[in-house]
Amino acid sequence: MNNDNNKGIDRREFLKRMGLGAVVVSAASVAGCGRKGSRQDQAYVASADIPTDKMTYRTNRKNGDRVSLLGYGCMRWPTMGDGADNPDAIDQEQVNRLVDFAIAHGVNYFDTSPAYCRGMSERATGIALSRYPRESYYVATKLSNFAPSTWSREASLEMYRNSFKELQVDYIDYMLLHAIGMGNGMADFEARYIDNGVLDFLLAEREAGRIRNLGFSYHGDIAVFDRMLAEHDKYKWDFVQIQLNYVDWRHAKEINARNTDAEYLYGELAKRNIPAIIMEPLLGGRLSNVHDHIAAKLRERRHDMSVASWAFRFAGSFPGVLTVLSGMTYMEHLQDNLRTYAPLDPLTDDDREFLEETAQALLRYPTIPCNDCKYCMPCPFGLDIPGILLHFNKCINEGRMPSSSRDAGYSESRRAFLIGYDRSVPRLRQADHCIGCRQCVHHCPQNIDIPAQMQRIDRFVEDLKQGREF
Amino acid sequence: MLRKIRILLAVVCFVSITLLFLDFTGTVHAWLGWLAKVQLLPAILAGNAAIVAALVVLTLLFGRVYCSVICPLGVMQDCAAWFGKRARKNRYGYSPERKWLRYGILALFVVAMIVGAGSLVALLAPYSAYGRIAQNLFAPLWAWGNNALAYMAERADSYAFYSVDVWIKSASTLAVAAVSFAVIAVLAWRNGRTWCNTVCPVGTVLGFLSRFSLLRPSIDADKCNGCGLCARNCKAACIDSKSHKIDYSRCVACMDCIDKCHKGAIAYRMRRKNDVAEKEPHATAEPSNAARRNFLTGVGMLAATSAIRAQDKVVDGGLAVIADKKIPVRRTPIVPPGARSLRNMASHCTGCQLCVSVCPNGVLRPSGDLMTLMQPESSYERGYCRPECTKCSEVCPTGAIRKITRAEKSSIQIGHAVWIESNCLPVTEGVYCGNCARHCPAGAITMISYDSDDPDAPKIPSVNVERCIGCGACENLCPARPFSAIYVEGHEQHRTI
Repeated sequence: MNNDNNKGIDRREFLKRMGLGAVVVSAASVAGCGRKGSRQDQAYVASADIPTDKMTYRTNRKNGDRVSLLGYGCMRWPTMGDGADNPDAIDQEQVNRLVDFAIAHGVNYFDTSPAYCRGMSERATGIALSRYPRESYYVATKLSNFAPSTWSREASLEMYRNSFKELQVDYIDYMLLHAIGMGNGMADFEARYIDNGVLDFLLAEREAGRIRNLGFSYHGDIAVFDRMLAEHDKYKWDFVQIQLNYVDWRHAKEINARNTDAEYLYGELAKRNIPAIIMEPLLGGRLSNVHDHIAAKLRERRHDMSVASWAFRFAGSFPGVLTVLSGMTYMEHLQDNLRTYAPLDPLTDDDREFLEETAQALLRYPTIPCNDCKYCMPCPFGLDIPGILLHFNKCINEGRMPSSSRDAGYSESRRAFLIGYDRSVPRLRQADHCIGCRQCVHHCPQNIDIPAQMQRIDRFVEDLKQGREF
Repeated sequence: MLRKIRILLAVVCFVSITLLFLDFTGTVHAWLGWLAKVQLLPAILAGNAAIVAALVVLTLLFGRVYCSVICPLGVMQDCAAWFGKRARKNRYGYSPERKWLRYGILALFVVAMIVGAGSLVALLAPYSAYGRIAQNLFAPLWAWGNNALAYMAERADSYAFYSVDVWIKSASTLAVAAVSFAVIAVLAWRNGRTWCNTVCPVGTVLGFLSRFSLLRPSIDADKCNGCGLCARNCKAACIDSKSHKIDYSRCVACMDCIDKCHKGAIAYRMRRKNDVAEKEPHATAEPSNAARRNFLTGVGMLAATSAIRAQDKVVDGGLAVIADKKIPVRRTPIVPPGARSLRNMASHCTGCQLCVSVCPNGVLRPSGDLMTLMQPESSYERGYCRPECTKCSEVCPTGAIRKITRAEKSSIQIGHAVWIESNCLPVTEGVYCGNCARHCPAGAITMISYDSDDPDAPKIPSVNVERCIGCGACENLCPARPFSAIYVEGHEQHRTI
């Protein structure tokens, strides 16, 4: 144990040096303190180091890019938090620490967007990455499409040029059309990228070398996906970003009628040898924060592995996958994921079957498929939509959701639900304030009918408050 | 011994009554709610003859033990006096009764009750004065303590405590409470029971009765050596040791004198025929008037409203700013279901703030109007009168809010909703809304077309005033801010629909 403590100090000093700007490409054994999400973890792997030289890499056949299998999603950077002068501002110091740790352990792919973190993600990512030589990392950003006011050619070009400024780069490694297929599907896609000549512009930028790889991320209308691949000969997509995880593999429709099984999406890409970049490997955290019964099953099969690591191994085991993105806010999550991919322990056929069973079990718990991506926010009427949905899901996963007012533990679960609701979401931002304006609906990549869910939760809360029988 | 029993009972009563005003969960009321109902003035107002009779008999038997044990304001004064006694021993002295002041205030009080000047009644009634002090000065401390526990509970993943809002419900009532606390406490600290024996109308009535009480402390002139220790320790200033007489109209039967007398000359015993109550003062009146204040009856409201404008979404995340709701100008105030009518409320309520203390929805607050000052009224900018809650009707000791059931509540009309077109979002923004209709527990709101010729026209609420009960769900949940597009006007007379 003493030995371990000493190593921990070594690492702190090591990180400090990196913080000063020294570039470390060291393969020397650096101790991790092995802190992980839960106490259970510690019991098994507390003393194991995270190796710095074991990261699994995949090669982009087009240009030989050697991309780490773990990609850093920059959508959930840590914020200053309560008590700070500006609690919503990004905690840049912590971002730098996370990036330093990730790079030191072999991560070299960073995925951001002009929209992420209330528009502050690109700048924070740029600040952290610009401390490293440009050729030592790959950065991905997007031409985002949330507000129709950004759809004109001028606004698009401005957004594109601003990304260079924020990221402090003169070329972008991976450029994406953001979330095509959402909203009105094909119509929105044409209005956003075709009619205004923006796609042609991006193709020209790729020719000019300012975009090294051009691709798109896809949610929603399958017609748009199919068309993009049908026109592959014309556009020569360098990669495509899809949602893939062990639930979406064969049960995408059960979560969201508008989604398509990842098995199909991946298969279409594999046929054409297009590298796949994976988003939502954890289904927005819902494959790590699972129902207690399911967590126990996963633990039983492999004592030494976290719940989340199963989802990462699933996504990473496909050979056509270039990198798997994870939006890691906390050092513990980063360390857990590094453990999973340094190196990858591919799934066996048995494992796959086991995960398929797990997926089916998961679907029996009626959580709302919110991934906390916050694309729906801000709600013009001040609701905290993801906060409300996450509280609802949390109560289901913890087995504290009364299914009937005659349940044995009804009064305890009622109290826990109502008090927890007020704690998670201020009263003025709760579901009863949803007026159903539907502004959020077409922003949701999971196609949740948010107003309908808000009203359903509101009715449920009223049942509890009024003590109605149900 | 008698003194120790008195102190023990007084402390138990005082702590229990204080808890009634501090406990916002309503659990204490189930056990101790009766303590508010045995207070004399509330019992008279509630028409509770049994309790009034019992208190009369109690006083005729034992003297003013009510003032020493049951009345929380009396016990509060004893606490203040106790601190005073620690500062200087043997501090009191005999002073003659100020009859004209006592009976003058009692007459004024009775007139105020008859003409329905609730604010004056509330100012003088002793239990209510204490309730106001507890609710305004002590309850916030209790709530903050609770919130600190809730903060820790949240971190310990426990649901044992939940945090509550602490807010100034009425600035004028807070000021009255603070001033009366200061005046009464200082009077008690300096002169013991001055308030009870010159101002308090309940004290005057009970004093009148206690002249004839069966048991009373009396001085045995044979044993008395005239040291005057009893008089210097009598907080009621009612012992004339020189003539060995006690003014029983002011004696609160605290038994302090019995313990003080070294000679055992004072005893609590049955009255004898030759005992005559001490009479007639010489007129050296020092006015000890309660401070009076005039208050602004409300804050003038600017009618400038600004509806929220839907923001164009450019980036993800963040929370829109929510403006606080403001209180609309209501022509008729709203009082909670069970109050029956504004008149019933005005003539029964003594402004004790018990209902305000237990209201879990931030609806009830003391009125700022001069005639009904400190009596409760409803407003819906923090919450609305929820269908499952009948707490105020359960705790009211005076009959100002009569006990009702949930079923009765669902059909008692206390007001009606009024729509304001210029604030309504479907009209101003063209968005779909209907939040008022969706939450109306009475089903009194229907969404109708703004323009019957245009099928795509936005839908606006139409209130069926016959079915509306005035609970304020629509007003509270209306997205228009700071002024809602639908608000409730109170009714003078409640009715069952």
